Formats: sequence, C-alpha cells, structure tokens
Amino acid sequence: MERVPVLKIGDILLVSIQIDMEDQVALQLQEDLADRIVATGCHGVIIDISALDIVDSFVGRTLATIASVSRVLDAETVVVGMRPAVAITLVELGLSLPGIRTALNVELGIELLARSRQDELTELDFDEDEPDAAAVSTS
Amino acid sequence: MPLSSDEASRFADLLKEHAESLTARWVELAGASLRGRLSSAELRRQLDDLRKGFEQAMRSGSAHLTDEGSAELRAQLAEISGHRARQGFSATETAVSIFALKDAVLEALGNGDDAGTLRDYVAFSAFVDRAALFTFDSYVQVRESLIADQAEQLLELSTPVVKLWDGVVAVPLVGTLDSARAQVVMERLLQTLVDTGSPYAIIDITGVPAVDTQVAQHVLKTVVAARLMGADCIISGIRPQIAQTIVALGIEFGDIATKASLADALRYVLNKTNRSLNTKRTER
Repeated sequence: MERVPVLKIGDILLVSIQIDMEDQVALQLQEDLADRIVATGCHGVIIDISALDIVDSFVGRTLATIASVSRVLDAETVVVGMRPAVAITLVELGLSLPGIRTALNVELGIELLARSRQDELTELDFDEDEPDAAAVSTS
Repeated sequence: MPLSSDEASRFADLLKEHAESLTARWVELAGASLRGRLSSAELRRQLDDLRKGFEQAMRSGSAHLTDEGSAELRAQLAEISGHRARQGFSATETAVSIFALKDAVLEALGNGDDAGTLRDYVAFSAFVDRAALFTFDSYVQVRESLIADQAEQLLELSTPVVKLWDGVVAVPLVGTLDSARAQVVMERLLQTLVDTGSPYAIIDITGVPAVDTQVAQHVLKTVVAARLMGADCIISGIRPQIAQTIVALGIEFGDIATKASLADALRYVLNKTNRSLNTKRTER
C-alpha cells in the first residue's frame, strides 16, 4: 500500500499528499502523524492538498480527525493549497470542515502557525508580566 | 390552397412582364409603412431582388415555400429579415413589406373579374402570406441569437477581480446575481486567490440592486469556499435599504465581517495585516 511521507521541518511536520487519497491511505496517514507528533514533539502540522483533485466526505472527515488528534497532542493543524474546484464541491456538498484551519499555500500556512504559536507564548508572557505592569502603573 | 404548376408559371410571366411597374408600385407601398427609415434606392434594390426570387420560385413550379425551387427565395427572405432585425425594424414592418407585393400584383392583374383570375390570385396570395410568416420566423431567430450573444458578453464583462493591496483582492459585483453569474464570480475569485496568494478578499455589493435569499446564499457559499482554501472574505458596500432587507429576510452572515463601504473594509483588512506584521516584528 502506498504511504504519504511525513517530513519534519524545524518545529513543523509537513505532509504533502501527492497520491489519490484512498480510505486506507487516509487512515494510515492519521496513525503515522499521531506517532510522528509524539516522537518529534512538533507543535505544527501542515497538510498540503494542492495535488488533490477530489476530496470526498471521508477524506474531509479524516482531515478533521487528524486536526482534533493533533490538537490533543498540542500541535496545530493547517490544511493548505485546496483547489477552487475542490472548495466549491465541498461547499455544494455542505461540508465546511469545521475545526480545520486553512491557508492558501505552504508559506502562508507556516506564517499562520508561527503567529498562533507566538500568540500562545505572548499570552503566557502577559500572565507573568501582569503583576509587574500593575506595580508600575500604581507607583 | 397550393399553387398549381400552370398558375405558378402564369404568375412567373406576370412578375416578369410587369417587372418595372410592379417593383415601382411595391416600393411605393412598402415605403409608406417604413416612413423613410430606409432609403428608397436600397428598398428598391431589396424588393427587386425579392421579385426576382418570387419569379424564380414560381418558374420552378414550387407550390410551397418549403419546396426545393424556393430555396433561393427563402435565403433572400431570411437575409432581408435578419438585416432589418439588426437595424431595429419591427417584425410587423418587415412582414408588411412582403404583404405589399399582393396589392402590387392585384393592381397589375387589372380589372379582369373572371373566377379563374380570382382563384389564381388567392393561391398566389397564400404563397406570399407564407413568405411573410417566414420572415417573422427568421426575425425571431436573429433576435434570439442577438440576445444569446449579449447574455454571453454580459457574463464575460461582469466579474473583474482587482488587486487592492498586497494580499488583498476585491470583487466589485455589479448587476443582478443569478446562479450562472454567481458561479462565474465564485470560480474567478477563488482562482485569483490561488494565483496571487492573497489571504484576504473583499466582496463589494454596492452595484447589486437587490439582495434576496438566493443572492445571499451565493455570496455565503463563496465566502465559505474561500475559507476552506484559507482566505478570509469581507462583505462591503451594503446600502441601508439592503441592510434592512437582509435583516427582514432573516439572513445570517454569522461571523463574516460586513462593512458599509469598500474603504472601511480595506481599513479593516489593513489593520488585521498590520497587527500580524507587528507581532512578527516584535518576535524578532
């Protein structure tokens, strides 16, 4: 059976799907990704589907499951490069893939991940800084 | 009542014999109804051609307009009718021009009041009637193809996608959105998003005269599709009346940003992108 490769780039796992997404391939990818996230400790997953002509409801649901699983493992998932025809078909089918973050291309996807990671970190910073800031304003 | 072959040949002789006077009279009668919108020289040329066409059809003994012998006459009729349709003459005016031949022929027949002449004339007049009806048909055909062409052109020119800023494209929608146009707009917008890699799109509906549930549905579908691809859409150009209609119809735009003007939408997008730029800068 064909397998989809999972590449590690810095803090991100990149999955570029170049083959037809059959159900078995999708399920295998879901397992592989969960294993790799745990093994590498990455905080972001980018799934590039720009080569996919067809995204059926099963693949759509698998993508949603992957996103949920990685969130549990503290990794953000971004689906990038969806073709216009695929998007239109999904909308016509009434599948809006809730809970999946999307970006136009890999570059914007990496940016999006970096930004959301940054937001999380700054929130933590704020929590620590708050007493100091309050002290400065009162003094 | 179809023309018999010797009736037809008698009319062919008549049309040939009185060619000059018949055409002159025909031009006079037909010209009256056109009220000088066609120069009499041109009308004369058209009608003389037609007279020859009729003569030829009669000569070949065709009893019906659909016969082989009338092929040339049919082509002439179609051409004149199409020509007039493009010039803006009504179908009736074209048909009346053809009908005028009957009067001209009647005058050429003179005062012969025997039953044979009458029968001949009735048969010939039925033939002319069918010719006039034929011009009606071809008139409608020409008009319909004109309308189809225009509809296609309208579809082409209606949907430009313009780049407003780095990473911001806008679609100024103009005119009523039906399913076909909405489909074209959606496809073009999504394709532009991919080509330019713009994460923001502004859909401006200033030029849409009325928003009903169907139009809203199309816009919403476009926004959801763009989101699936990873771009955010802002709807702008909502006029007060349209806002009231939207609320009255109970259309929910959910968490899609809506702005009153294109300027507001652009400012909103720039604020968002600036914020992301700033966070990136602080990161370094």
